[in-house]
Amino acid sequence: MAFFLQQLLNALQVGSVYALIALGYTMVYGVLTMINFAHGDIFMVGSYLAFFASGLLLAYFGQAPPLVIFAGVIVVSMLGTSLLAVLIERAAYKPLRNAPRMSAVITALGIGLLLENAFVAIPAIGPAPRTLGELLPATQLSIGGVTVSSLQLVIIGVAVLTMLALDVTVRKTMVGIAMRAISWDHSIVPLMGVPVDKVISLTFASGAAVAAIGGTLYGMAYTIDPYMGIRIGWWAFISAVVGGIGSIRGAMLGGFLLAFVEIFTPVVLKSSSYRDMIAFSLLLVLLVFRPTGILGRTVSQKV
Amino acid sequence: MNRMVLIVSLCLAVGLTSCTPPSDTTTTTEQGQLTGGTIKIGLNAELTGSIPVVGQSCRDAAEFAVKQIDDAGGIEVGGARVMVELITEDNEDKAEAAAAVAQKLTTSGVLAMIGPNASRNAVPAAEVAESAHIPMISPWSTAPRLTMDARSGAAKQYVFRAAFTDDFQGVVAANFAVQHLQTKRPAVLYDVSSEYNKGIAEVYRTTLQEKGIAVVAFESYTSGDKDFSAQLTKIAQTGADSLFLPNYYSEVPLQVKQARRLGYEGAILGSDSWGSEELLKLAGDDCEGLFFTTHYAADTATPAAKEFIAAYQATYGSVPDDVAALTYDSMGLLFSAVQAAGSVEREAVRNALATISDYEGVTGTMQFQGTGDPIKSAVVIQIKDGKFTFFQTAQP
Repeated sequence: MAFFLQQLLNALQVGSVYALIALGYTMVYGVLTMINFAHGDIFMVGSYLAFFASGLLLAYFGQAPPLVIFAGVIVVSMLGTSLLAVLIERAAYKPLRNAPRMSAVITALGIGLLLENAFVAIPAIGPAPRTLGELLPATQLSIGGVTVSSLQLVIIGVAVLTMLALDVTVRKTMVGIAMRAISWDHSIVPLMGVPVDKVISLTFASGAAVAAIGGTLYGMAYTIDPYMGIRIGWWAFISAVVGGIGSIRGAMLGGFLLAFVEIFTPVVLKSSSYRDMIAFSLLLVLLVFRPTGILGRTVSQKV
Repeated sequence: MNRMVLIVSLCLAVGLTSCTPPSDTTTTTEQGQLTGGTIKIGLNAELTGSIPVVGQSCRDAAEFAVKQIDDAGGIEVGGARVMVELITEDNEDKAEAAAAVAQKLTTSGVLAMIGPNASRNAVPAAEVAESAHIPMISPWSTAPRLTMDARSGAAKQYVFRAAFTDDFQGVVAANFAVQHLQTKRPAVLYDVSSEYNKGIAEVYRTTLQEKGIAVVAFESYTSGDKDFSAQLTKIAQTGADSLFLPNYYSEVPLQVKQARRLGYEGAILGSDSWGSEELLKLAGDDCEGLFFTTHYAADTATPAAKEFIAAYQATYGSVPDDVAALTYDSMGLLFSAVQAAGSVEREAVRNALATISDYEGVTGTMQFQGTGDPIKSAVVIQIKDGKFTFFQTAQP
C-alpha cells in the first residue's frame, strides 16, 4: 500500500511538470491550429532564466526570506520567457500566418533547434548540466512508509494553483473569452472588434509563463541542460494530444495520465526496459478509439 | 533528439554514398608519401551533447600530448623527424555523427584516429575505421564489442583502446561488492539505451550470479530521463543492500539524491563514468563515501604519471581526469607505434600497435596480445571529503 502511494506521489510530481508544459502546446493550437514545436525549448529557456535569476537574487538579496527569493525567481523567469515567446511569435510565426500550416510547424522546429544550439554555444551556459539548488528549505516527512519531501509538495501545489488560475482566466476573463472565440471561429472574431494579434500574442505569453513556472520547479528538482526541452517537450506534446489538443483541461489530464503510465509501467512489468514502448503502445490504442483525445471536441470539416 | 537523428542520418547517408570508393588521399597515405614531414592525427571527441566534460578533457589532453611531442622535435621515424598535427572534430555525442566524423577524418588523410570516448559513439566509428583500414584508438570506451567484429566474432584489425573492457570492470565491481560491501541483495539501475551502461550492468549481474548471489532488482531507464523515482521506489521496496549505478556523471547525482529521498539507505557503487569533477560539483555531499572502479587515481600515480599530472596541471589549472589520462596514453601508444614501425603507413603503424608489449603509461603498464584490448589493472576510488581518493588496486 505504502509502495503504491509512494509511486502515486512520484507520478503526481512528474505529471505536474508535463501538464504545465502541455498547456502551452494546447493553447497555441487552440488559437492558431499550429503546433509550436519550439515550446519544449521555451521551457528550457525558462529554467535557465530561473537559474540565472536565483544566482543574482541570492547574491544581492541573500538575507531575504527564501519564499521571497523563490517568488522573485519565478516572476523573473515568467517575464523573460513570455517576452521571448512573444518575440518569436512576432518575428517567426506571424509572417507565416497565411502560409500553409506546415511552414509554421517547420519554422517552429527550426526555432527550437536554434535555441538549443545557441544555448550550447553561449560560453556562460554551455552543454554542462546545472542545478538550481534548494531555493526553499528542504525537509522530508515519512508518513506510514511514504516519504514526502517539501519540494514535492511545492511542485504539486504550485502546479495545481497555476492550472486553476489559468482555467479561471480562460473561462471568466475578457481575454480568455477572446481566446476561446478565436479558437471557435477565427474568421468572424475580428469583425466583432476583437484585436486578434494582441490576443494571439497574449496566448503565446501566457503559455510561456506557465512553462517558465514548470521550468523553475523542474530545475529545483532535477538538473537542467540545453537539450532538456527535447524529451520533456515530446512527452508534454503527447500529453496534450492524448488529453485532446486545444482543450485546456485535456492538457492537464493528459499530463497526469502520461506520468501515471510512465511511472506505473515499470511497476507492473518485471523490467523497466520496455517502459516507453508499452507506454506509447497504450497511448496509440487510446488514440485509435478516441482520435481527438480524451476531452477533444470532434472537428467537422465545413465544405 | 529524434529530429536531429533524422537530419544526421540523412547527412550520413549522403556522405556514405559519396565516399564509398577509397579516395585518392587514402592511397597516398597508405603508401607513406607524406609531404612536409608532418603526420595528421584525427580526434573524434564528444565536445557537445550530454558528456561535454569528457570531450573537453579528451581534447585538452590530446593537444597537450601533441604540443609535448612537437616541442621535443617530433617523432623519430626511420632516422627522420616528423611533426604531428591534430585535427579535432566534434561528434556531438551522437552515434551517427561519430561515424560521419570518422568518415570525414578518413578522407582528410589522417594517419590514425583517436576517439570517440563513449562506447555508443565509438562502436559505429570503429566500423568506419575498420573498413577504411585506419588505426583507431578509443581512449575511454569499455564495451567489449568495440574491438570485435559483429558478424564473425573475431578481433577487429584496426581498432584499439587504452581502457580495460566492461567485462573486466563489471567483474571488478562485482568482486568489490561481495568482498568489501558484503552485499546479499544487490540492485542495479542502468541506462538501457546506452551500449556502455548496459554491457557493464549485465557483466555485473552474471558475475554475481556465478558467485551464487541473485540480483534483486535490475532496473533501467533511457538516456535523457531525469526522474528515476519509479525504478528507485521499486529498488527500495526490494530491501536491496547495495545499488550499482554504472551511469554517466551527469545522471548519477540525481539518481543518488532520488534514491536517498525515497528511503534507500544501502551502499552505492559505480563505474569509471563517474570519474569527472563535474560529479562532485553536481552532487555536493550526496556522493560522500561512495565507491567506483576506474582506470587511474591521481593520488597514487607512478613517477611517469606524476610528471604528466604536474605538467597538465600547470597548463590547464586542473587535475587531469581519467579521460585526460587515457587520451594522453592513447596518443603515447600511437607515437611509440609510429616510432617502432619506422614508417608513416597506416598498416605498419597498425602492426606495431598490435605488438606493443610493455608501454609504461599514465594509467599503468599496458600490453596488447593480438587484440585491440590492452592488459592492465583497475583501481577502486572512494569519494572522501569531496575528493576522489585511491582505495585499492584490482589486477586483471
